[in-house]
Amino acid sequence: MTTLSTIVAACVSLVIAASSSAQNGTIKIVSSLPRTGSANAQTGTIVNGIKMAIAEVGGKIDGYEIAYEDWDDASPQRGNWDPTVEAQNANKAVTDATIVGYIGTFNSGAAKISMPELNRAGLVMISPANTYSGLTKPGLGEANEPAIYRPSGKISYFRVVPTDDLQGAVAAEFVAASGAKRVFVLHDRELYGKGIAEVFERRAKELGMDVVAVEGIDTKAANYKSLAQKVKFSKSDAAFFGGTTQTNAGQVAKDLRSAGFAGMLVVPDGCCEEAFIQAAGAKNLEGNTFVTFGGLPPAQLTGRGAQFRDGYRKMYNADPEAYAVYGYECGRVLLDAIRRAATKDRAGVLQAVAQTKDFDGALGTWSFDANGDTTNRVMSINAVKDGKFVFVKRAGDTAVEGAGKVSAGGSVAPADAQAR
Amino acid sequence: MELDFFLQQLITGLSNGMIIALIAIGYTMVYGIIELINFAHGDLFMLGSFLALTILGALGIDAWTGGSTWFGVLLLLFCSAVFCAGLNWTIERVAYRPLRASGKLSLLVSAIGASFILVNLGLFWGGLPMEVFAGGVAAAAPKDFPPLVPNTNLLGEDSLVQVTPKDLLVVGVTLPLMVGLTWIVTRTRLGKAMRATAQNPIAARLMGIDTDRVIGATFLLGGALGGFASVIYALYNNTISFQMGYRAGMDAFTAAVLGGIGSMPGAVAGALVIGLVRAMSDGYLETRWTNTIVFGILVLILIFRPSGLLGSRAKEKV
Repeated sequence: MTTLSTIVAACVSLVIAASSSAQNGTIKIVSSLPRTGSANAQTGTIVNGIKMAIAEVGGKIDGYEIAYEDWDDASPQRGNWDPTVEAQNANKAVTDATIVGYIGTFNSGAAKISMPELNRAGLVMISPANTYSGLTKPGLGEANEPAIYRPSGKISYFRVVPTDDLQGAVAAEFVAASGAKRVFVLHDRELYGKGIAEVFERRAKELGMDVVAVEGIDTKAANYKSLAQKVKFSKSDAAFFGGTTQTNAGQVAKDLRSAGFAGMLVVPDGCCEEAFIQAAGAKNLEGNTFVTFGGLPPAQLTGRGAQFRDGYRKMYNADPEAYAVYGYECGRVLLDAIRRAATKDRAGVLQAVAQTKDFDGALGTWSFDANGDTTNRVMSINAVKDGKFVFVKRAGDTAVEGAGKVSAGGSVAPADAQAR
Repeated sequence: MELDFFLQQLITGLSNGMIIALIAIGYTMVYGIIELINFAHGDLFMLGSFLALTILGALGIDAWTGGSTWFGVLLLLFCSAVFCAGLNWTIERVAYRPLRASGKLSLLVSAIGASFILVNLGLFWGGLPMEVFAGGVAAAAPKDFPPLVPNTNLLGEDSLVQVTPKDLLVVGVTLPLMVGLTWIVTRTRLGKAMRATAQNPIAARLMGIDTDRVIGATFLLGGALGGFASVIYALYNNTISFQMGYRAGMDAFTAAVLGGIGSMPGAVAGALVIGLVRAMSDGYLETRWTNTIVFGILVLILIFRPSGLLGSRAKEKV
């Protein structure tokens, strides 16, 4: 019985495949995410989210078959995203004319590499996870950002996550609200980690907190015991680490706690994954450690987001990680644009993505603004309890865009910010 | 307060330095006897810690109390040391011995190859479906090593300065090992044969020393020290990862060169200097300067004392 039905199903799907591909041809979309290394637990669920979005439209739009390829931008040597591999992926995508959409990257540093390449080719890129502000927002990163990523002068890069200028500020506000007066800021010296730590620092100063020090760590060190002792001896009430699980956030948390630092520890969304709890050891995160995230954890999603979560559980028999919903959102927004596109080629799809307005997304209704950023501002603060992330509160709905912006007159930012 | 902070950094620096020393001896012993920089040594050390975590996982142990802690630590030390010694001996037998006559560069390349194999073995190992590897879903993720040795402050919970059983463990294992090793090298027949082989392998063979056996024994000893170091490292830092061999090996190799490569007391001295400089730089300057300072000191010492702190022989090296 089962074999018979399998054979029938196979025949039917063959017929469908044959008939549909005969109609209008194939449109290809690809994703470029770190699939080797510890980020894989997170990126695997992002890929699942993309596949879900494709499955929802039955793998076809207007008679076009949607083909999807899952590319890896990491290398085993680095155990993390690799600039060489990301550059190869961008090249490969540009030279394959059937590719009309590029979903990625996971790391902001990787986006820097592929953005100009894809922009020149007019290939639309949508990121489920890049949060570094400078990629899209003028005045928040280096002086030549974001123009350097847009050699064609047009905007071809979009993202569905709220950026670090919002998230870093939310983290600082949360620390200030806890009554902390002195805060020690650490970062991993990478684009994302350093960027968010600087936003945190500026917002913390604006809120009247005393920033004891800002230090970049050596991400390959065996331990941070000396540094952790320095944090403890500085009598700081709170510490912020701008970095990810891949840049040793687990060891930082572990050593801070074993040095006897009892103050609040806040880490950003780069640590909002199971791998962080594994690396740090659940016990070390219990209590006074918080993780900010540019969105809501799966359990808190409502409406379309809740549908996604339940559908995901049914399809994969597992819980989605925090970013899975953004993979799903990227897939949906891209497919929606392909549907609306006047011509089903790169130019048509790019134009349709840019025109995305009042999109009925998993995190509410949002649009892409002129920079290519989502207008979605929903964020959350999470803690760890019994080895699992637990939701603490929703934040960010009222976050001010460009908090701690380096303005021309320096009226918002303190003087030293000009030096960047 | 200031003094407390200084003492604290001193303790941290010494503990870190001692762990580096155990690995550095493995480098320096091999270099002393066949003038090979054994790049696979750091990765061998990494596999030792994976074995320790696997044993804990297989026995279902995540915390010990009282006397059984020390029994468990001894068990892990024993298993990892035997494993690493055997593996190191095998690597020598398979990857180095056949090439010994064909020049130093082939040996060096072979060592780098062995290192790659071990790293990938570690990556595979971390992906095994075991509870301790979180089901193996993220093979490359750092693994949490259970805190078997408590982190309680022996000076009392109110004291700012922390001396923990972890620090005692590091000193308590490392010092006897070093004394034992010095005894083997200076007082036993094997030690004498090792020194003779190091000085002049041809003459040693003419005197009736089985140099192949002596070299094999050196790899056994060096590997065993790497195995001990891997358990101490894992118990002290509580995190292991398939990539940790690279950094640990780099630090240890720097220590060996700083102290005078080929000299065992030199490797220990170099490692302690690196541990202390790291702790003080992290504590009083900024973390990002630490590597610059460590390697700056290395450059200075090599300019003014090319044979290292305690190195005496000035031979042509690789």
